[in-house]
Amino acid sequence: MNIHEFQAKQLFAQFNIPVPRGKGVASVEEAQAWAGELQSPVYVVKAQIHAGGRGKAGGVKLTKDRAQVGTLARELLGKVLVTHQTGPEGRKVQRLLVEEGADIASELYVSLLVDRFSGWPVFVASRAGGMEIEEVAAHSPEKILKTLIDPAAGYQAFHGRALGYQLGFEKELLGPFVQMMGNLYRLFMEKGAAVVEINPLVITRDKKLIALDAKVTFDDNSIYRNDDIKALRDLDEEDPLEVLASQYGLNYVKLDGEIGCMVNGAGLAMATMDTIKLAGSFPANFLDVGGGASKETVKQAFTILMSDRNVKGVFINIFGGIVRCERIADGVMDAAKEVSIRVPLVVRLEGTNAVEARQMLADSGLNLVVARTMWEGAQKIVSLIHA
Amino acid sequence: MSILVNKNTKVIVQGITGKEGSFHAAACREYGTKIVGGVTPGKGGTTFEGTPVFNTVYEAVEATRPDVSMIFVPPAAAGDAVMEAADAGIGLIICITEGIPLADMIRAKRFLVGKDVRLIGPNCPGIITPGECKIGIMPGFIHKKGSVGVVSRSGTLTYEAVWQLTGLGLGQSTCVGIGGDPVNGTNFTDVLELFQKDRNTEAIVMIGEIGGDAEERAADYIKASVTKPVVGFIAGVTAPPGRRMGHAGAIISGGKGTAAQKIATLEAAGVKIVQNPAVIGEAVKNLMKN
Repeated sequence: MNIHEFQAKQLFAQFNIPVPRGKGVASVEEAQAWAGELQSPVYVVKAQIHAGGRGKAGGVKLTKDRAQVGTLARELLGKVLVTHQTGPEGRKVQRLLVEEGADIASELYVSLLVDRFSGWPVFVASRAGGMEIEEVAAHSPEKILKTLIDPAAGYQAFHGRALGYQLGFEKELLGPFVQMMGNLYRLFMEKGAAVVEINPLVITRDKKLIALDAKVTFDDNSIYRNDDIKALRDLDEEDPLEVLASQYGLNYVKLDGEIGCMVNGAGLAMATMDTIKLAGSFPANFLDVGGGASKETVKQAFTILMSDRNVKGVFINIFGGIVRCERIADGVMDAAKEVSIRVPLVVRLEGTNAVEARQMLADSGLNLVVARTMWEGAQKIVSLIHA
Repeated sequence: MSILVNKNTKVIVQGITGKEGSFHAAACREYGTKIVGGVTPGKGGTTFEGTPVFNTVYEAVEATRPDVSMIFVPPAAAGDAVMEAADAGIGLIICITEGIPLADMIRAKRFLVGKDVRLIGPNCPGIITPGECKIGIMPGFIHKKGSVGVVSRSGTLTYEAVWQLTGLGLGQSTCVGIGGDPVNGTNFTDVLELFQKDRNTEAIVMIGEIGGDAEERAADYIKASVTKPVVGFIAGVTAPPGRRMGHAGAIISGGKGTAAQKIATLEAAGVKIVQNPAVIGEAVKNLMKN
């Protein structure tokens, strides 16, 4: 789960990680009122969407004139920002962060995530802050520093010193840096984060460390443990169909192709998407209906696929293992009767009693095509929508 | 021959009285697996279909001397269950549970360091040596005894590949599901090493997916040390960056972990990559003919 920058900064403040004074606002009036309270030589108005690249897309504005804050807020609220992470359709700005500007002397990069190989948390840092870290990694990997943290003892001051000296911190800033990294580690472990990123972490001209940006991604498996984190979810930032799917307990990711897929198992679901591409089209979604694929889950899945106006055909690909294919065929037939399927439908069932199940589908009188293999199914649905 | 488990392997089940645990413990036993005991705190002293249930893994180890523990404990307590099994001296832990909090897995994996134990999973279908021993949730009947080793991050996609192999008359030595989580126990390289050493494994199927760099690391190992033919498939060519595809570990982040990168690296290491998952079996057949 992703959260907004203003929420991440509130969380940082709770863990004594210094951030600019600021506040998340949702209206022009709120923005103007907060600016009045803030009293700063420079005001920054930042669009709050769950995507990076906001600055380049015109989503970050600066002004020295307090009266201008309202004007900037009016300009940004409701605007659709298109960044390299939003896709061409962009994302509508519904919230802003209004904060004091910082007098920047230098910019660094710090993040904390999990190194998959060791399974240990790892700090990634660089003197090249403010830039896309992927760019730095690609062009000058030597500028990227890494420090693994043994989770048995957790973060220690020496970890921070090792990183701090390599980053070239002056003596007076080393202590605050060591402490800040410790606070970051505590936040990470206590709140169930998957990635915490500060880009840039700035050193101001008056020698202070401030997290000028803040990005936190939470581990979805941990969210149930922290009600305060759960409350940070912003449904406005999610696709409405994905929200609906999550209410049904279905794993669904909307894509921009034309063939809706319904599959059991995440790996097979991805493989099915790939097969559709090989057959000459593109998947409209990722959808894992889980092991069971009961009538109820299939019905809910149909409802979601049929709500996507891009869907021109549906491909159901189920490998029945523990669950027999006849039961899945029953589920598909019942659901197909209750939800109006306005597009071609290809069903491929394989596994336990697949032969009987295919016969049931073929005899059902429903307007669907039965396929034997995943490849045959993909080819059939692609040719049907192009017919 | 096989790797890790065979007809003599003795298994206990942590979470044997739960819905999933009881169903699959029974199915494994039906397949022929020696289920010698179960663990559910608070239910010690009872039995599950004739199998003794214990309060702790320590008691189960004392009484039944198992080789393996299969874990079906719910996500919130599964990390704890893994550590208990390791502390009680179990040599092979197979954790089926999906949805374990990342911080719990970080702790559990660290706990295993320095102990003589192997963890498979979590969030995996388990392991099967066809005709001998099934420890997990895979449908037993799709498998056939033979000489193809299968290792995968996925569940149903593995069944798909196994079913293709069996349909072509190609049996399997052992099939290992290493799971779809970002922090797991046994990785591709570990299993490839075991297959390379196993005299009865003649070819290997490796099924990877987007996210992380376990496939790239495996490619380095294959290039240096694997002499047996390897067929690979990587799921997620069409997956967009930054989105999690069902599995907690299946996400392209910071431009890393793409299918294209994995495919290129594995091909350079001599792996026969198939683009179409429907022809994994055929590709193995062709390689084994040569």
